[in-house]
Amino acid sequence: MSAADTTVEVATDEAVRRRDDSAVLRIGEDDGERLEAEAGTSDTSMVMNMGPQHPSTHGVLRLMLEMEGETVMRSKPVIGYLHTGMEKTAETLTYLQGPTNVTRMDYAAPLFSELAFSMATEALLGLEVPPRATWIRMLMCELNRISSHLLFQATNGMDIGAVSMMIYGWREREEALRLLETITGLRMNHNFIRPGGVAADLPDGWRDEVLTLIDALPARLNEFDTLLTGQPIYRERLQGVGVINTAECLALGVTGPILRSTGYAWDLRRDMPYLAYDQVDFDVVVGTYGDCFDRYAIRLNEIRESIRILAQILHQMPSGDYRVQDKKVTPPPRARIDESMEALIHHFKIFTEGFKVPAGEVYAAVESPRGELGCYMVSDGSAVPYRMHIRGPSFVNLQTLPHMMQGGMVADAVAIISSVDPIMGEVDR
Amino acid sequence: MTDSVLHVSRDQFTETVAGLRDDGYVSVLDVTAVDYLEHPGRTDLPAEVTPERFELVVTLISHTAPGRTRLRVQVPDDDPTVPTLFDLYPGTEALEREVADMFGIVFEGHPDPSRILMPPDWEGHPLRKDFAVGQIPVQFKATR
Repeated sequence: MSAADTTVEVATDEAVRRRDDSAVLRIGEDDGERLEAEAGTSDTSMVMNMGPQHPSTHGVLRLMLEMEGETVMRSKPVIGYLHTGMEKTAETLTYLQGPTNVTRMDYAAPLFSELAFSMATEALLGLEVPPRATWIRMLMCELNRISSHLLFQATNGMDIGAVSMMIYGWREREEALRLLETITGLRMNHNFIRPGGVAADLPDGWRDEVLTLIDALPARLNEFDTLLTGQPIYRERLQGVGVINTAECLALGVTGPILRSTGYAWDLRRDMPYLAYDQVDFDVVVGTYGDCFDRYAIRLNEIRESIRILAQILHQMPSGDYRVQDKKVTPPPRARIDESMEALIHHFKIFTEGFKVPAGEVYAAVESPRGELGCYMVSDGSAVPYRMHIRGPSFVNLQTLPHMMQGGMVADAVAIISSVDPIMGEVDR
Repeated sequence: MTDSVLHVSRDQFTETVAGLRDDGYVSVLDVTAVDYLEHPGRTDLPAEVTPERFELVVTLISHTAPGRTRLRVQVPDDDPTVPTLFDLYPGTEALEREVADMFGIVFEGHPDPSRILMPPDWEGHPLRKDFAVGQIPVQFKATR
C-alpha cells in the first residue's frame, strides 16, 4: 500500500480530538501532589511519577501518570532534563564545526544529524556533492541505521524482560560500531559527514569489512527471531499493546517506524528521495495493527532492508572524489600544506574563520531510524549559522505516549516507551 | 526538490493552514521561530511583507503530491502572539511549547502553555538573540 492510494482521514477527525483531550494530563510539573491533596480520599485516582531516573525510560524521560489502580488513565511526558542549549551553541560554531555539535543530539544515530546539517548547508551554498561522497554518505547512514535498530532490539528486549536479548543486541551493534570506527575513527559522534562531502575517503579493505558484517548479520537476525519473534511470552507482552492508528499518527506529526506500524507506507528514502536512494532497490516495511509488536518487527526487518541496500552500495560505489573540490569550502590536501605557503594560509583560514555562506533559509530532511529528521537553517551571510534548528523525530514522536498508554497497565507503559525508541539527547537538544 | 514558501500575516495564518490541510497537507512537521534582532539585513522577504523581530516558521508536508510547504509569519516584538495550530494539528502542541519556551512567543488558545525544555521557574527565553550565552547565573531552585 503506498501513500498515494490511501485515503486517510486528516487530523481533526472528531474521534482523534476527543481521545486527545482525555489522554494528555495537562498539569504543571509540580502540580501532581497538590492535585492529589485537593482531591482528598474520595478520589480513587493518584498521580504517579515515573523517572527521570528510571532504567526503562531510556535516559532522562519523566512521566506523570494518572493511575486508577494499575491502569494508566492520563499521562504527560516531562522532558528537558538533558537540555543543553545545542541550538544556541550552534549559533556560535562555524559551518565546519557545526557537525560536531549536531552529532551529539541523536547519539544512537549521529550520522543522520550530520547529514541533515550538511545537506542544509550545501543547499544554502548551492553545492553539488560528488557521487562518491553521496554513496559514502549512504553507506554510512545504512550502517548507522543497522546499529541504531540493533540498539533498539537490545533495549526493547531488556525492557520486556528478555534480558539475554540485551547482550545479543549489544554484541551485534558493537560489530556495526567497530566498522564505523574503522571508517570514521570514532565509535560514536563521528563528525564524518561534513558540508561538502565526508571527512575522509574509505580506508583500504572497507569492502571486505562491510561484506563480513552483512554476511554475518542475517543469521544473527534469525536468532533474534527464534529468541523473540515466535516466543509466546514476548508476543503476549507486545501484541495489541500501545495501539495507534494512521489518522492519529498523522495528526500528531509522527514519522518513522511508528507511522509505518499503522500500515501506512511513508519513507522519505522512497517517497522524497535524497542522496542516491532512487538508485537502490529496497522495500518500505509496514505493519498492520500499529501495536508494539509491529514496531518491533518493522525495526527488525528494516535491518534486513539496510543489508540489502548495503550490498547494492558495495556494487555501485563510484570512484572519484570524496569531497567537493571547491576551494572556498574544502581545505587543501595535507601534502600541499608542506609545499605551499598559500595552502597553509588557506588551511588556517578555513579552520579558524570558516567559510561564508550566502544569506537565506532552508529546510533539509532525511529519514533517520526514528523518522523525519530535519534541519532548518538561516544564514545571514557570515561564517556561522544565524539560526540552526533540528526537527527531532523523537521529540514529536513522544507525543504519542499518552495516547498509546491510556487504558493500559503500568507494565505496558514500559513496553510502549521502549517501542517509541526515544533518544533523549535529541528530544531535549 | 525545493519546498514552497508562503508568507502569511497573523490574521490569515489559521485560515491558510486550514486551507492547506484541506489540500492534503497531512502533517505539521515542524514549528520553530527565528529572532531577527541582530540580522544585518533581510533580503529574502517580498516587498509587501513588513519585517518584524520574530518570524514563526511552520513546515507542513503533503504525502499525495510529496512536498513540503513552509509558512513564514512575521511576529512583532511588542505583541508576540500567534493563534495556536493545536485545533488543526494536535501534533503542534510540543513544538509550540518549545517555541514559547525558547522565544517567548505566546500561542493563543494553546492547551498547555507551560515551559517544556527549561525549568518552570526559569526567567527569560534562551534562543532570543539578546539572551547572552554563559552570562546567566544558574537558576535552579536547589542552589538558591
